[in-house]
Formats: sequence, C-alpha cells, structure tokens
Amino acid sequence: MPIPIEYYLILSAFMFSVGIVGVLTRRNAIVVFMSVELMLNSANLTLITFSSYLGDATGQLFVFFVMAVAAAEAAVGLAIIIAIFRNKLTVNIDEINILKW
Amino acid sequence: MTLEIVLFIIFASVCVVSSVLMITCPNPIMSALFLVLNFAALAGLYLTLNAQFIAVAQVIVYAGAIMVFFLFVIMLLNPEKEKKFFEQKPKLKIFIVVIVALVLLQIVYIIFLSKPSNTISTELAKSIDAGTVETIGREMFTKYILPFEAAGYLLLAATIGALVLAKKKFE
Repeated sequence: MPIPIEYYLILSAFMFSVGIVGVLTRRNAIVVFMSVELMLNSANLTLITFSSYLGDATGQLFVFFVMAVAAAEAAVGLAIIIAIFRNKLTVNIDEINILKW
Repeated sequence: MTLEIVLFIIFASVCVVSSVLMITCPNPIMSALFLVLNFAALAGLYLTLNAQFIAVAQVIVYAGAIMVFFLFVIMLLNPEKEKKFFEQKPKLKIFIVVIVALVLLQIVYIIFLSKPSNTISTELAKSIDAGTVETIGREMFTKYILPFEAAGYLLLAATIGALVLAKKKFE
C-alpha cells in the first residue's frame, strides 16, 4: 500500500467538518439532510480505510449496513419534509418552529 | 509517482472541491449534483482501497438511488434559492467555520501524533482479499446473518413509515 493511511483519515476528517458546517449554516432542510449524508459518507471512508489496511472485511460489512440505514433515513426524512411542506408551504428551518418552547 | 498516488490525488481533490461547493452553492439542485459528484469520487477512492464491492454499491445505492430520490423531492417542492453563502448572517457563519476549523485542526494533530501507519501492518494480498464479493458474501451470510435480516426489516419499516407520512391526509 504506497499511500500512507493518514491521507485517507485527513480527507475523511475534512469531509466530516464540511458536513458539520453545512448542517449548521444552511437553512434549507433538504440541503441540511444532504450534509448529513456527506457526514455519513466520511465515516464510511474511515471504516473502509481501516478495513482495507487491516485486511479485515468487517469494516466493509459495517459500511453496507450504514448504507441500508442511510437509505431508510433518507426515505423517512424526506417524507417528513414533504409533510411539513404540505402544512407550512416552506422548507426553511428557521420558519419551522412549532416545537419551539 | 505511482499510478495509485496519482489516482488518490485526483479523486481526493474532486471530493474536497465538490463537498465545499455543495455547502456553498445557493441553488439546492446544484448542491445535489455536486453531492453526486462527491459520491462518485468516493467510489473511486474505495477502488484505490481495494474495496470493489462497496465501490459498486456506493455508485448504485448512493449516487443512483438516494440522490435521485433527493432530486425528486427538490424538484417537487421547488424551494426558493438561499442567498450567497456569506451574505446572510455573515458573522455567525464565520464563527461556525472558525470553530469547525479548530476541531478539524485538533483531529489532524491527533492523527499525526498517533501515527497509525507505524502500528498498522499492511499486506496487499490480505487487503485485496478482504474487499472481494466472495469474502463479503461469506461473512454476511454466516457471521452477520442476523444484522442482515434486521436491515431488511428496517428497510420495510422505513418504506411503510414513508408511505404513511407522505400520505395526503396528515392527522
């Protein structure tokens, strides 16, 4: 393996940070959701990196299950966004504050 | 420079640029397309890590199915464009970016401090063997059969939940 493992880990850390910035700064609920997907994928990259460098398939199986959970999460989350849009006619998370105390 | 390093640099730079463009682009459709590009580059990175099966699954499941679903919802709801990244509440956004950059610096410092490449022995043959469909299939249907079934039930429950939530009457 000619590439040091640190490069992959730093790339994954950078993508996770970009995902956090996206979640905290964007106001469109769908884009916030896509940032969460980006964070999930950076975690996947770390899992596959260690799995590959250790020569063990367990990390790749874990990534497979993470993909299944991400698909389920996207389906339910987008259904919730559609339901909210039907009631309030917006996906801006600053205006969706009915649960605010 | 070997081919592997060149490929890593290309895919990694595409990943970095597309993820930054994704969170700064004001148009949600462009964000979704940049995320597709990011996922495709990630699939390439998985190939450089000898994870063939996951690379193909990444393209089919993430870049194909999930992102098509996202684009469907974006075009269905047609949300208004946001302002440019630093136009709305610039102070708050700069604060957030600085805090996250500090956390990133910490992580990078820890990665270089602990030097995982010294302790982890890398055998190319074992690594290639771990990523094949044969190995993953054998592990999945013997050792991890219960989580596999659970993932099936989870997807079924999510499908029913999505149908119930997105139904016409919401009460």
